[in-house]
Amino acid sequence: MTKWLSRAVPVRGSPGTGELVVNSTSWIDVAHDVSSGGGQLASLWTTSGDESGNHANVRAVFLINASVLIVTLPIVDDSLSYRGLETLFPSAVRMQRAAFDLTGIRSDAPDQRPWLRHAAWPAHWHPLKFPAMRSEIAAKSIDNYEFVRVEGDGVHEIPVGPVHAGIIEPGHFRFSIVGEKVLRLEERLGYVHKGIEHRFTELHLFEAHRLAARICGDSAVAFSWAYCQAAEGLTNVRVPQRGLYLRALALELERLQNHLGDLGALGNDAGFAFGLAQFSRIKEHLLRVINGALGQRYLFDWIVPGGTARDIDAASSNDLIAFAHEVASEVRHLRQIYEEHSGLRDRFSGAGRVEVQLASQLGLTGLAGRASGQSLDLRVDRPWPPYDQLAVTKCVRQEGDVAARVALRFDEVQETCVLIAKILRELPWGPVRVETPLPNVPGFAVGLIEGWRGPVLIALQNGGEGKISRCHAHDPSWHNWPVLEHAIIDNIVPDFPLINKSFNLAYSGHDL
Amino acid sequence: MLKTLRTIAGIGIVTEPAPASDEMLWVRHSLQDEVLAILGRALCIRHVDAGSCNGCELEIHALNNPIYNIEGLGIRFVASPRHADMLLVTGPVSRHMETALRRTYDATPDPKIVVAVGDCGCMGGIFGENYASCGRVSNVIPVDIQIPGCPPSPRRLLQGIVTAIAKLPRDARVTE
Repeated sequence: MTKWLSRAVPVRGSPGTGELVVNSTSWIDVAHDVSSGGGQLASLWTTSGDESGNHANVRAVFLINASVLIVTLPIVDDSLSYRGLETLFPSAVRMQRAAFDLTGIRSDAPDQRPWLRHAAWPAHWHPLKFPAMRSEIAAKSIDNYEFVRVEGDGVHEIPVGPVHAGIIEPGHFRFSIVGEKVLRLEERLGYVHKGIEHRFTELHLFEAHRLAARICGDSAVAFSWAYCQAAEGLTNVRVPQRGLYLRALALELERLQNHLGDLGALGNDAGFAFGLAQFSRIKEHLLRVINGALGQRYLFDWIVPGGTARDIDAASSNDLIAFAHEVASEVRHLRQIYEEHSGLRDRFSGAGRVEVQLASQLGLTGLAGRASGQSLDLRVDRPWPPYDQLAVTKCVRQEGDVAARVALRFDEVQETCVLIAKILRELPWGPVRVETPLPNVPGFAVGLIEGWRGPVLIALQNGGEGKISRCHAHDPSWHNWPVLEHAIIDNIVPDFPLINKSFNLAYSGHDL
Repeated sequence: MLKTLRTIAGIGIVTEPAPASDEMLWVRHSLQDEVLAILGRALCIRHVDAGSCNGCELEIHALNNPIYNIEGLGIRFVASPRHADMLLVTGPVSRHMETALRRTYDATPDPKIVVAVGDCGCMGGIFGENYASCGRVSNVIPVDIQIPGCPPSPRRLLQGIVTAIAKLPRDARVTE
């Protein structure tokens, strides 16, 4: 593996990141070495050729300990196909199917069903293909997706969605069950595909961070930071220290908001309405304190190219420190109640278990990964500024069930509250933002951020004059959705909402 | 159990008193009566995410917290469009959700009210219209009330819902 890393060319503005251009033989060799060396596939996507004569290509990003290796395979012939990586990295299947839907570049994997494309456009039309094809809108409004059928005595199917019973995002779940027991779950996503990667190419390089923040609302900070990190990489801009600290503050606040929301919802899904009432109360107070300090309840437009949109004053900073302390102590109290509640223990323990070995085999990542012994946390393992100065303590659990994912959130709430106070106490003086000059040459850069759900990646390729020629956005849910299908096996149908919530994966962030 | 009860008693009722503005004061005092006069029961809302980034959903969730306590106002979220008086629709409508949204609309009994939520639901937002997005909700189904914002605050959402109630026809009450 080291031989590939040493051959890689450093990517501008992205420390610890190298790019390797390979032929189709070494494409598989690299993937094989990464897989056997315990590395992970972070993302895979394809790009059409362009007017400057660049070839179409397929790119894979691998995480190897603290290093990021981007492997690019140019597709020089007219076949527009490449060897799939699904046997080495199971999560590659859906990424390869999505890549074909968007660009028409096909892997040789056996599963060739569409993934992001339903019936909105015909199979031969690809929104990101070059030269752009005349837009075609299919006449049919519903397609016929081939779900895998489970046969046998007493087996029947329950179709759920896309419109669900709660206030949640749309997706379809097809359960094959016997009695109450789930034999198989097959997910179908793509309902909220709204052409985000295409939309990026219509926006200016320094305005598209607003779109990045809206890829997935609950991870707005993570995505907009990843985007700005990539955009700043293209221009070699150095964000001032204070700006970096305020970005980290926003990222930790986002983690805290989501964990509080999830902990309440998880109690509620196990029939403990008290939990929802208490956690949603604390969350609302937190949002108001954030609104008072930073001027937004949710920090959609906090991170901008060059730094942050605003500064924080000393009084607000003290409010936030005091409130973080209060949240930590309230949550400690509620944790005791959760842990002593026999009903919750009964529902949480053993439900939706993903064993450590399975998690590693399937590439479970982020928060759900850390609850199954997959210890990657980029804030610790690959600390980008200012995390290199913050000494984050990593939280990891081994049990892999709902209880572990709940406990991990409780652990992380405490750690995040400590971090928020630390960031604000150590906040360096100076400007929060610098001017960002437009890059004068086309280039390629990546941004990689550990969001609350897991590693979020933006790969950005610019054209001239502030144009974006390709922007690929990747949410950790791409890896974790397929694992949810395994987590539910042998559980009962009524436990699905609870297990699903314990993962809390993205729809919009995945469907793009 | 004792700890749970102590916590409940210790925190007490956090639901906020009437908001400061006069108009909203009026709303708070008369809303339940208004809903009762029109419907004879709670107002039932069915939320449909037709392509949102989930930002609006975060704030719609907040309506259920004990501070806004929307159920205390006589308004509740229901699981089926067949039980709903109002559809609360978010997102630019993705083309993949177009049919599901139309079917949800058709499944909602008349008279019904449609509230479009967020900059995307009202105007298409940053996503606009393209091969995969139909843009604003009113491009797909008739919309009565729009609540812009990215995302709109829970207070704005409440105001929009309240305004929509005033639009409900007086004969909406189900006769036995």
